[in-house]
Amino acid sequence: MARYLLGRIISLLFVLFAVSVITFSLMHAVPGGPFDEGKQRLPDAAKANILRKYGLDQPVWKQYLKYMWAAVHLDFGIPYQMPTETVTSLIRKTWFITFQVGIMTVVLAFGVGLILGTIAAYRRGSWIDTAVTFMSMLGTTLPNFVVALWLILVFAYGLKLLPSGGWNEPNDWLIPGVFSKDWILPVLAYALLPMALVARYTRASMVDAFNSDYVRTARAKGLRDRTILTRHVLKNAAIPMVTALGPIIPDLITGSIFIEAVFRIPGLGKYFVTSTFNRDYPMIMALMFLIAFLWGVTYIVTDVLYAVLDPRVRLGGTMQ
Amino acid sequence: MRRFSHNRLAMFGLLLVLFFLFLAIFADFLAPYRYDVADFSKVLQFPFIDPSHPLGNDEVGRDFLSRLIFGARTSLMVGLTVQVIAFGVGIPLGAYAGYRGGAFDFAVMRVVDVMTAFPALLFAIFLITVWGGGLEKVILVLGLTSWIGATRLARAQFLTLREKEFVGAARAIGATENRVIFRHILPNAMTPLIVAVSFGIPAAIFAEAALSFLGIGVNDPLPSWGKMVGVSGSYIRVYWHIGLFPTIMIALTMLGFSFLGDGLRDALDPKLTVE
Repeated sequence: MARYLLGRIISLLFVLFAVSVITFSLMHAVPGGPFDEGKQRLPDAAKANILRKYGLDQPVWKQYLKYMWAAVHLDFGIPYQMPTETVTSLIRKTWFITFQVGIMTVVLAFGVGLILGTIAAYRRGSWIDTAVTFMSMLGTTLPNFVVALWLILVFAYGLKLLPSGGWNEPNDWLIPGVFSKDWILPVLAYALLPMALVARYTRASMVDAFNSDYVRTARAKGLRDRTILTRHVLKNAAIPMVTALGPIIPDLITGSIFIEAVFRIPGLGKYFVTSTFNRDYPMIMALMFLIAFLWGVTYIVTDVLYAVLDPRVRLGGTMQ
Repeated sequence: MRRFSHNRLAMFGLLLVLFFLFLAIFADFLAPYRYDVADFSKVLQFPFIDPSHPLGNDEVGRDFLSRLIFGARTSLMVGLTVQVIAFGVGIPLGAYAGYRGGAFDFAVMRVVDVMTAFPALLFAIFLITVWGGGLEKVILVLGLTSWIGATRLARAQFLTLREKEFVGAARAIGATENRVIFRHILPNAMTPLIVAVSFGIPAAIFAEAALSFLGIGVNDPLPSWGKMVGVSGSYIRVYWHIGLFPTIMIALTMLGFSFLGDGLRDALDPKLTVE
């Protein structure tokens, strides 16, 4: 186990290293730099000064080594688009908001998805089953910005019940400091897809479990339906769901550019676009690192969980 | 085949897909106007008022119905070409990796690992801001990230199939490696690949809509449903039609392809119930 984990962590480091090299070289290979003048030309001396200040006058490999040396010490530099902050503080501040949306989405999607999927599997063929299947079909096919737009049309402009955007606006608190009306539509729009996926996977793996021999044995023993469901079915159905659904989570907590754009949420999302537009090298690198790292960790965690839940699975051997 | 035609949802999906294909191919004849003709006296005109513009006009006065019809062409073009690139690259790469194994396999899989770690959308945004937008660039950028899944899938297929007796038999009678791969194994590996294509098309359409929504996809005046949704954000409060219609188009296309994909999967391989 320890050996396996070590191997996985080394391969994660390798991936992070590869990501850093590719991103860094791509960034610097493309035309245009962060301090290119627009209409007003800077005096050459001033420009040279700025470039020197940020170390952009040095050869790329030197810049890379310098950046990585700092990054290893958790110093990710200063974002060019907001020089009064550090990359770390800017990400912390904006990611906090994105993270809130993400966590609420995870809770809603997994909570409702699990319940709906379980009911659908338990009452297979009933109208509930059909409704859940249809809902998950809609959820997996509609892009979230489309859903967001419809929600805004109906609930904000049509029924005038909820705000069309903004985040923690002073007038939108239902319970001050605890729950804001601003949260409802974005989280709903964002949660529909993962909720559909969770419901669909839950239903499928529960149906598999219901049809298995050990459930028949349990029935023959005369166990109550509820005991069968909680003791036998849920436990076995959880195994395939961990690997299938775990990787949704890093996606959700890093947020959606679209949701944040549509609902005017001041989160991390916009920096994915502005950073590349402005050639904000430190910010691009940090965002790439953040996402690659979250993905890598999630995959390791789900694989380990898989082995913990299912004693038949042995970790190690081939790394697949 | 019968299993497919008896599946009502799948037939509905097929109809939708055929409908959009029809729109895309014959857009020039079907659309009442060209997509770039603007009538500045009718900017943001509401739908169902003026019989010459049944679905109203957009923010610079172009006929909305025509833009929607030409939008089908953009979407399907992106969806289909990206999948051609994805599987054109992915199938041979995955096939050789799975069949040969060894160093080639190792190298391919490490590249795949690294590419997987890159967030696809971020990567696409990054490349587009560098290369500039436009239909060809969007297709190229999406193609660059889309071969990963195809490679993985093809490799997995070849890994299991290469151990089968018919492969040994083909090799025993002296078939060349390419012949074994493309004549003997590939036809047997097609089922999951076809299903993957039918899910890949809506994914690419979605990605194009997403990029255009952000304003870095297809360039004006070429219409794209995603771009129309993106633009509508600032007008939607009053001029609801320029937001509603394109979202309906996107939704129907995605639904059509997913129903079709689900149906194909059920018909071709009853064992595969969950993707």
